[in-house]
Amino acid sequence: MNTLTGRTGLAILLAALIALPWIAPFFYIFIATQILILGLLAASFNLIFGYTGMLSFGHAAFYGIGAYATAMLLQSLHWPLLACLLVSFLAGTILALIIGFFCVRLDQVYFAMLTLAFGMMVFGVVHQWRSVTNGSDGISGFTVGSLGLGIKVTLGNPAVYYHVVLAIVVIAGLVLYRICGSSFGMILRAIRQNPERVAFCGLNVRRYRLAAFTIAGGFAGLAGGLMAPFLRIASPELAHWSMSAEPVLMTILGGSGYFLGPFLGAGIFVLLETWITSLTQAWMLFLGIILALMVMFFRGGVLGTLISALPTRHRRAEP
Amino acid sequence: MTSDCILRVQGLNKHFGGVKAVTGIDLDVRTGETLAIIGPNGAGKTTFYNLLSGRLVPSSGSIQFKGRDITGLPPHVISRLGISRSFQINNIFTEMTVRENVEVAVTAQRRESWRWANRAAVNAAVQEDADALLAELSLAHLSERVAGTISYGDKRLVEIAMVLATRPELVLLDEPTAGMTPDETGRVVELVRTLARTDHYTFLVTEHDMRVVFDLADRILVMHHGSRLILDAPAAVRADPEVRRAYLGDEAADMMEAA
Repeated sequence: MNTLTGRTGLAILLAALIALPWIAPFFYIFIATQILILGLLAASFNLIFGYTGMLSFGHAAFYGIGAYATAMLLQSLHWPLLACLLVSFLAGTILALIIGFFCVRLDQVYFAMLTLAFGMMVFGVVHQWRSVTNGSDGISGFTVGSLGLGIKVTLGNPAVYYHVVLAIVVIAGLVLYRICGSSFGMILRAIRQNPERVAFCGLNVRRYRLAAFTIAGGFAGLAGGLMAPFLRIASPELAHWSMSAEPVLMTILGGSGYFLGPFLGAGIFVLLETWITSLTQAWMLFLGIILALMVMFFRGGVLGTLISALPTRHRRAEP
Repeated sequence: MTSDCILRVQGLNKHFGGVKAVTGIDLDVRTGETLAIIGPNGAGKTTFYNLLSGRLVPSSGSIQFKGRDITGLPPHVISRLGISRSFQINNIFTEMTVRENVEVAVTAQRRESWRWANRAAVNAAVQEDADALLAELSLAHLSERVAGTISYGDKRLVEIAMVLATRPELVLLDEPTAGMTPDETGRVVELVRTLARTDHYTFLVTEHDMRVVFDLADRILVMHHGSRLILDAPAAVRADPEVRRAYLGDEAADMMEAA
């Protein structure tokens, strides 16, 4: 895929996404909203996993706190949505900074286990601290009023909310893409391949890992903030460790070696879930089969497999 | 400590459980010299490097670099202070291109590693530095190749390019010519000789190839069983009967004779 065809393809995709409410059945507006939000969650996870080489099993903690931040602000203070989302982003960032401070000291499976442990703690707090989080019932019954910045839109309309989500996810995606292609992003990729050599180049690897972890937490918080108004509830399930598995699965499905892999993975995941659950109860069985096949035969994910099937001259190095 | 001493090692020890890998090493390295470290396998050369570069923390003893105590500091701090090392086993970024490998080290050296909104792919200053180094090591034609796919000898040269990219004052080369063709070995020897002469680098070099050792070294440290056997000029080391007979074996002695 050379740059020109890549850009043309993305422009067509973006145009199709903008036009979606007019060309697709109403039901698919909900599906597309969900895909975009989960795609952002998975892309933020991939900054840690695909770029920096750390497998986190606690990503739902940041997603969950983002969802609660927006839900609580909407419920009690009736803030404009953009202000709530900013707080969600910051909440995810700060929580990730705190959790990451401890986790980036560890490597490999110990890192994964510690992120899982912190994720469970966050779920425990959210689930048990009834006076603040309303326990297992979650925060609901809030309404989304204005967007902010003086923009007049009816956020209660699913098509409008979809467009808001699309705009925010595209902007967030561009920022993440920029980070991945920067000097800092190059250092992250170097750390994934050989952290020791990076240290011997004079860089404190832990700080870069912590920075990646913290940025990823911020964008996961933003994704959570977008999800709460969509679901009209922030419930403890959003912070549950099983939720942490979803960005992992989506990223592996789509391809962790590519920036758009997690978005594609989110799309495939949500669509398959929708279609298969409409046919059978055994969604998990099919998901398991698909994942097993991916891991055994298509390590590059769907995107990696497609790109390596292209003629060599169309390939390009990924940032 | 005199100002022409860049590195001072005093009473350096490293024990792994009961195994003494490095014992009681004292060493003053003069600014600008090329000091070769030789000794049979297991003599503690690489452990000594690991202590100097912060990969391992000494059990006891002290290391001073330019008058500053660096004993037990982590690798990234030691690298920042001006000591850079290569590795005996190739230790590069195998999925990156050759140029990107060097760019990582240049980015670190230029303090650009926290820039998060630029585009690394079009960072002209970093690329120029990297290209200059690659040209110096005759690697320019490989700069777009993925580092994991080039030959073993070329990987060793990339390793050296990365070491130099951090602009060190003291360079630790660990078996730099191991596994290289005679042509590649010649390039490395020539490069080290040129740098040692023109740029006021100080080199420590461990090496099995005695021709390289005697070609480059101003002084030679012979290690045996983790300790310092002799430290002297090449001629004196070559003439030392104890070194020749007991510690280098006949083959190495013959090579020294030939060199």
